[in-house]
Amino acid sequence: MPETPAIRTEKLSKRFGELAAVDELSLAIPAGELFGLVGSDGAGKSTTLRMLTGIMDPTAGEVFVLGEDMRRAGEGVRSQLGYMSQRFGLYPDLTVQENLRFYADIQMIPRRGREARIAELLEFGKLTPFKDRPAGKLSGGMKQKLGLACALVHRPRVLFLDEPTNGVDPVSRRDFWRILYGLLAEGVTVFVATAYLDEAERCGRVGLMHRGRLLACDTPKNLRGILKGGVLELATADPRHAVRALSGAFPGGSVVLFGERLHLFAPDPQEAEARARSVLEAQGLEVAVRPVQPTLEDLLVSLLREQG
Amino acid sequence: MPEPQPQAAATAPPLPPAVVLRELTRRFGDFTAVNRVSLEVTRGEIFGFLGPNGAGKSTTIRMLCGILPPTSGSGSVAGFDIASQSEQIKKQIGYMSQKFSLYEDLTVEENIDFYSGIYRIPGAKKRERKEWVIEMAGLADRRGARTATLSGGWKQRLALGCAILHEPPIVFLDEPTSGVDPVSRRSFWELIYRLAGAGVTIFVTTHYLEEAECCDRLGFIFGGELIALGSPAELKKGFPGEIVALECERPFEVLKRVEALPGVRQATLFGAGLHLTVDRAETLIPALREALPDLEVHLERIAPSLEDLFVSFMEARTG
Repeated sequence: MPETPAIRTEKLSKRFGELAAVDELSLAIPAGELFGLVGSDGAGKSTTLRMLTGIMDPTAGEVFVLGEDMRRAGEGVRSQLGYMSQRFGLYPDLTVQENLRFYADIQMIPRRGREARIAELLEFGKLTPFKDRPAGKLSGGMKQKLGLACALVHRPRVLFLDEPTNGVDPVSRRDFWRILYGLLAEGVTVFVATAYLDEAERCGRVGLMHRGRLLACDTPKNLRGILKGGVLELATADPRHAVRALSGAFPGGSVVLFGERLHLFAPDPQEAEARARSVLEAQGLEVAVRPVQPTLEDLLVSLLREQG
Repeated sequence: MPEPQPQAAATAPPLPPAVVLRELTRRFGDFTAVNRVSLEVTRGEIFGFLGPNGAGKSTTIRMLCGILPPTSGSGSVAGFDIASQSEQIKKQIGYMSQKFSLYEDLTVEENIDFYSGIYRIPGAKKRERKEWVIEMAGLADRRGARTATLSGGWKQRLALGCAILHEPPIVFLDEPTSGVDPVSRRSFWELIYRLAGAGVTIFVTTHYLEEAECCDRLGFIFGGELIALGSPAELKKGFPGEIVALECERPFEVLKRVEALPGVRQATLFGAGLHLTVDRAETLIPALREALPDLEVHLERIAPSLEDLFVSFMEARTG
């Protein structure tokens, strides 16, 4: 018999009046996976997380976590879930350590072993030197790490994260992902909602969500395979000048700067190459062109364009 | 009376730089939010102002817009002093923040009319500017729609249109693309290029370093101090070391193994793979192949990304 998925939804839907915030979402996530739900603001990610954690009832469809129906889940399964929402409730006047103790109380962690667990989490998030600092005086990146530590105080088996690195600097984002990989190594299932496509590339599997619907769901590698058309990399002496010149000829976000190179996404790469060359030559710019592997962002852009 | 447009004659005096900061400082109690920042932005430039949350970006922009007086130092926008001429500055600038200041209950047209009133656009010009905004934002089919029903990308373009109704020569954008989908983000940058192409100066903050690559010049602020200033290419030339990109399956498992190798100064997750900061890529690439015989890896020396660069700046500062 196959193992029960850690998370499973069947045509999960949530309506708010006329708006289908989540529209027939079906997912199966095996235990120990790092799953990324990717979409922009308003795509339905947070609503999905609220239903997965049992905070909100679905309008229709089914939702199971660790085999339990979340529509009538009891404390048993909830105590095995961790959830870090976008506005995670840290108490700014309490110190780092006091916040962790507070969450340990809420989760009813027995006194015995509690201080050891807190020390372990402080170490894990590199927060030990700041344990006596009020949470309100932490940097954005450290607040996120403390939020994560609080969500982990009871050793959950499934962890839900809602845009954990939104607005956090790149160094802290990198640290945060290292912590997530550490959890995976311990067998925790991690479900992360993010708007950053470069973060989605790091997930085992990715669901691309838009206006309540799942557009595609697979490994990053397989997702890249479904892209219709190709991506050309253009190298010129003046990439910023080139991107401005080309954005008129290829509207709708087909041209982007990728470091010092340009990426041009085109349904017909041959035709696009000829047209791009003529635009750039008219500007007196020489260009070298080669096909490259598309990114998840290229794929999402092309799927969204198909949607119109 | 609107000022006459300057003639492009050789005799005309050169315009002052769009934005000038001289040792600009702002303290709140014993906290120094902005610490002696000096820079200049020339007319028609797209200037990217980067840094983590709390680094001092918004405080700087608030001082430049004349909303917050500096503690010390000075600054000017379009030649007007930020401390004493904030009223003149307000006519020269457009400002749009991550929290679009649109009225959700009003329709698209009503929002535009409302901002036309605030900016006192003369009656004759009002209609023309309204049509310009609607065309630019691609909202022709939705002029009567309630703003609350628009997607994030549309709201963002409408907010930009409202912020530049009065045709300001300088536009401040504070994280304008936060939270919108990549198609809208890319379209938004096409609008920015159009404005810059028409001679408008853009001063933009962003968290997306791929957007920073689109700027003519960048300033990077950290802990209130400007720690780097230059074009993306100039800044990258100053990167200490070389970068090797490593593509493989399950990169987080490879991370620990490569970190331990001599010659690897740092290894970090980057998109679907790893970026290794090394002393010399030429010698390290064969060494890596030898050290990872069980793995199918693709190794390539690449130019550092802005993210690599800023991570190195920040680590140098924080130790």
